[in-house]
Amino acid sequence: MGKMPHWADIVLIPLISLLLAAVLSSLVILAIGENPIAAFKLMVDGALMRSAGWGYTLYYATNFMFTGLAVAVAFHARMFNIGGEGQAMLGGLGVAFACLYIPWPHWSIAILGASTAAALFGAFWALIPAYLQAKRGSHIVITTIMFNFIAAALLNYFLVNVLRPPRSMDPATAKFPEPTHLPSFQDMFSTAENPLFRGAPANVTFFIAVAACFLVWFLIWRTKLGYEIRAFGFSESGAKYAGISPVRITVIAMLISGALAGLMSVNTTMGESERLVLNSTEGAGFIGIAVALMGRSHPFGVFLAAILFGFLYQGGAELALWTDIPRELIVVIQALVILFTGALDNMVRMPLEKLFLALRKGDA
Amino acid sequence: MTTAPAIELKGISKAFGPVQANKDISISVQPGTIHGIIGENGAGKSTLMSILYGFYKADKGEIFIKGQKTAIPDSQAAIAAGIGMVFQHFKLVENFTVLENIILGAEDGGLLRPSLAKARKELAHLAAEYELNVDPDALIENLSVGHQQRVEILKALYRQAEILILDEPTGVLTPAEADQLFRILDRLREEGKTIILITHKLREIMDITNTVSVMRRGEMTATVKTSETSPEHLAELMVGRKVLLRVDKKPATPGETVLEVEKLRVIDDKGVERVKGIDLHVRKGEILGIAGVAGNGQSELLEVLGGITDATGTIRMNGTNLPLSGKGAHGQSRRHAGIAHVPEDRQREGLIMEYTAWENVVFGYHLDPEYQKGMLMDNAGIQATAQEKMDRFDVRPPHPKLAAKNFSGGNQQKIVLAREIERNPDLLLIGQPTRGVDIGAIEFIHQQIVQLRDQGKAILLVSVELDEILSLSDRIAVMFDGHMMGERDPAKTDEKELGLMMAGISDTKATQEQAHG
Amino acid sequence: MDFMTLLQLLDTTVRLATPLLLACLAGLYSERAGIFDIGLEGKMLAAAFFSAAFAYSTGSVWLGLLAGIGISLVLSAIHGLASITFRGNQLISGLAITMLAGGMTVLIAQDWFSQGGRTPQLEGAARFNPITLPFAEALRDVPFIGPLYYELISGHPILVYIALALVPITWWVLFRTRFGLRLRAVGENPASVDTAGVSVVTLRYSAVMICGVLCGLAGAYLATALQAGFVKDMTAGRGYIALAALIFAKWRPWYALWATLLFGLFQALELRPDLIESALGVKVQVQLLGALPYILTVVILAGFVGKAIPPRAGGEPYVKER
Repeated sequence: MGKMPHWADIVLIPLISLLLAAVLSSLVILAIGENPIAAFKLMVDGALMRSAGWGYTLYYATNFMFTGLAVAVAFHARMFNIGGEGQAMLGGLGVAFACLYIPWPHWSIAILGASTAAALFGAFWALIPAYLQAKRGSHIVITTIMFNFIAAALLNYFLVNVLRPPRSMDPATAKFPEPTHLPSFQDMFSTAENPLFRGAPANVTFFIAVAACFLVWFLIWRTKLGYEIRAFGFSESGAKYAGISPVRITVIAMLISGALAGLMSVNTTMGESERLVLNSTEGAGFIGIAVALMGRSHPFGVFLAAILFGFLYQGGAELALWTDIPRELIVVIQALVILFTGALDNMVRMPLEKLFLALRKGDA
Repeated sequence: MTTAPAIELKGISKAFGPVQANKDISISVQPGTIHGIIGENGAGKSTLMSILYGFYKADKGEIFIKGQKTAIPDSQAAIAAGIGMVFQHFKLVENFTVLENIILGAEDGGLLRPSLAKARKELAHLAAEYELNVDPDALIENLSVGHQQRVEILKALYRQAEILILDEPTGVLTPAEADQLFRILDRLREEGKTIILITHKLREIMDITNTVSVMRRGEMTATVKTSETSPEHLAELMVGRKVLLRVDKKPATPGETVLEVEKLRVIDDKGVERVKGIDLHVRKGEILGIAGVAGNGQSELLEVLGGITDATGTIRMNGTNLPLSGKGAHGQSRRHAGIAHVPEDRQREGLIMEYTAWENVVFGYHLDPEYQKGMLMDNAGIQATAQEKMDRFDVRPPHPKLAAKNFSGGNQQKIVLAREIERNPDLLLIGQPTRGVDIGAIEFIHQQIVQLRDQGKAILLVSVELDEILSLSDRIAVMFDGHMMGERDPAKTDEKELGLMMAGISDTKATQEQAHG
Repeated sequence: MDFMTLLQLLDTTVRLATPLLLACLAGLYSERAGIFDIGLEGKMLAAAFFSAAFAYSTGSVWLGLLAGIGISLVLSAIHGLASITFRGNQLISGLAITMLAGGMTVLIAQDWFSQGGRTPQLEGAARFNPITLPFAEALRDVPFIGPLYYELISGHPILVYIALALVPITWWVLFRTRFGLRLRAVGENPASVDTAGVSVVTLRYSAVMICGVLCGLAGAYLATALQAGFVKDMTAGRGYIALAALIFAKWRPWYALWATLLFGLFQALELRPDLIESALGVKVQVQLLGALPYILTVVILAGFVGKAIPPRAGGEPYVKER
């Protein structure tokens, strides 16, 4: 028997980690002379109590679902893809090329084309580290970090030297043509009598992200590929016994991971700014790591954690607006979540395991 | 001798959870002698020595060094007490020089230069005294295994060890290297050092030790003077006169040859030759049992046949050559060729421990069309199949949704067996079928194997349990050091004879019979 | 390109290479002991802020330096706790520490100074100022050697010289002392150290702490020497370039010096792209220069040009085998 029940592993440990992160963050807020409870209330008000707040929360959550899924898929194959950021940047280039150079008749077709481009570009950026890991044993964490920086340089080059419209000083592409503009939640749900999601960036890409959660769930738990990915992740020796090729799984899992990270750019680039800007990823690739850890690499967990982080992001923006607490508080919370759920997992786990063992003995 | 024993253990006991690794063990070793400890794998030899070297704390018992009661809480204390240990897997830093490895942890002062100079001198001295020649400036990774072992011995001597423990020292050595090692040990004994030699090879015990203790299942079954015993006697003590689990089986009616292996060689990733050109064949309706002490090439043989390890030579399955390396050599292609494989280590290979029972029931066969439903896997269908198989194989608890790690060893093995047998293979490879399996399940598993044979399947059985080999096999082949020692008819042999063959002692009868078999 | 321009370029190279070198040596100690550290960036950033903040409020750059080292040590202790004591994932821990530093520095900076996440400008004794080496003025007019000595060798803040001195010191410590021998051994095969009766945990913690001190120096240099104060995210990926340099240098101190100088030169050229154009006659994209350290590192990692073999026990928590 395991040392503790399954539910404790997937629910209790993330919750305790989150609680620890929350307590520490509250201390930080106290230390800078603000009231944590008031701050929390402000965050809830700003992010969840108005439709426009939800419009932002879900916009951010869309990004985090994609990057969280990207990290989660790689985790299933026991790989740590820290390169979501770079893959998303490349995805952004893909979206920009697709939107700028192909005359789409309607957004519904454009989004398919742009998504394909984003996924391909993102996957391509994951392919090289994956290949090097599988064939040459180069540590994928280091190569993906390096690829983040190379991607940033590449993006910079394209925006400054290739895609920037003449006479513009801004390292950004031209505005995408009208037919590629995606309907926002406001366009979809707002009526004259009942204005909803006013000005909020959440758009139709959210539904693609939700669909991606379902698809990843199907992929991981319902297909033979997912079966092989998980088997490889749990035991490489077992995978070899079963005739599963480690090289093949490493490459495929990373391609999927990169494609998911790339897809994030559809939301930020096509859905929100309607042009490609330099910092469109805004660290979402790294937040994906927190989301995947928090969500225990399960698509449903990723979905919930993405919404939680979306809430934190929007709430954090509200805090920055109304109080002296900078947005960076969110970065701190995110760091603490990663620290507790990822690196200090045993610190949370060991006392809990002892507790459950004691409880069980008490029962017997 | 009237002097105090160099080392004396009294009533040592150690348990790992429910497993009693050492039960009330007492030994006494006189100074200037070589004391052998012999026993099968898992008999508790290494645990006992780890206690002596401060790696584990004994649950009970006392240790006396030169008559003094000594506590050994860690390796440092062991070193201080004059104990040196040469582990089976060397504890050397591969990209350090010999000198650097020797002074590591025993430096004089904070600067290396004086320590290295002193060690260099001392090394020259030791080399002359014990014929332990090693280039002090060579990198470990460039040394042969035999020389690396010398470095380990030198490390111990440099720390002024009076008692030297060697754990299976010849396991990785060539016969010539082993002979050299024994000359060195002999020399050390002459100089008054006390040596404890852990091995499972009878010949080594007979050749070099003064006294020998036999361990079996965590207990010390006997301690005798080497001069007053014989290999036969020791083999008997080692394997034990177990009540044979008699399996009810009719005589085999072998049919045509299913598997033919010729000149099979396996070289592992360290460049050591594990299988040294063996030939064998298995026919329909028979069980070929391969006996041998663990680590003599049987595992590699199974892995090659199962498509996990590359090799050279020939393997013919139903008359067709199988690829032994490259793209075509993997578990999937072997399964297509009609080979089912119950691996020796079900936890690392045969099962994904985190997977549920039903997921494990198709492991390796998960690509088969019958388990697919369009683009997805037919999980509901697989679960139903799994339930059926688990019921038929009496897996307890019969819950397909439980993770493999939550089943007992015997029930885990039944899951693997159910999967492999039910695929109706032409050849079943089965390694250590009952390792870590409770008595009740052993009987069931044995019955299943015999039943499969009676259905006309070919079975290749590898086991380190002699009684299992004896009760199941229709033919027995013995492997030693990557070679086939010979073949025996189970009806015409006994544990004593097989035990000798497993220890590398062969006679002409063996070769004769193989030629004619 | 005339001689003076070249000297200026090399002078900039040295100034930009210094933080890379310090961080690279920091990583060297940690990784040689088997603890991967992708949190160099975070420790540098935190140290940059604390050193600037304390230098500003006390007026003493040395107190600032101490504060920088102090916070870097705190973060190192967290990394040690996660990766040594609790046997957690070293990479995740490093990443979390970098993020934590990124957030906390701005948060505290805003709270203390209310200048949008920066510290006020540092002046006078609150900065490490250039020091003129002996005879620099006197020799200035000697042809060739004079300008070389005056422009390139003299006139750097003390931390530059400390960083350069740390290269032979590190080499000496690693390859000539007992501590160095054990440190390298614990990163290659901790069991060899353990069976020799030496504590793996103590060794690894000391390596991680040395890493903290050096990251503290690197961060302090950024905020109090290279620049005059802290600004948000001022490390700008230098911790990762240092990591790249470490791999490029194959975890060796002297190679680390050459690697960081090379990467420093790339950074210097990024500021003066016109120099390459005039020297080579071709226009080189500044982005390519910025990405070169990373590209070179990937090539090295892939083993196409020489193989970078990391310490063999790197990244793995040590568990005594049964």
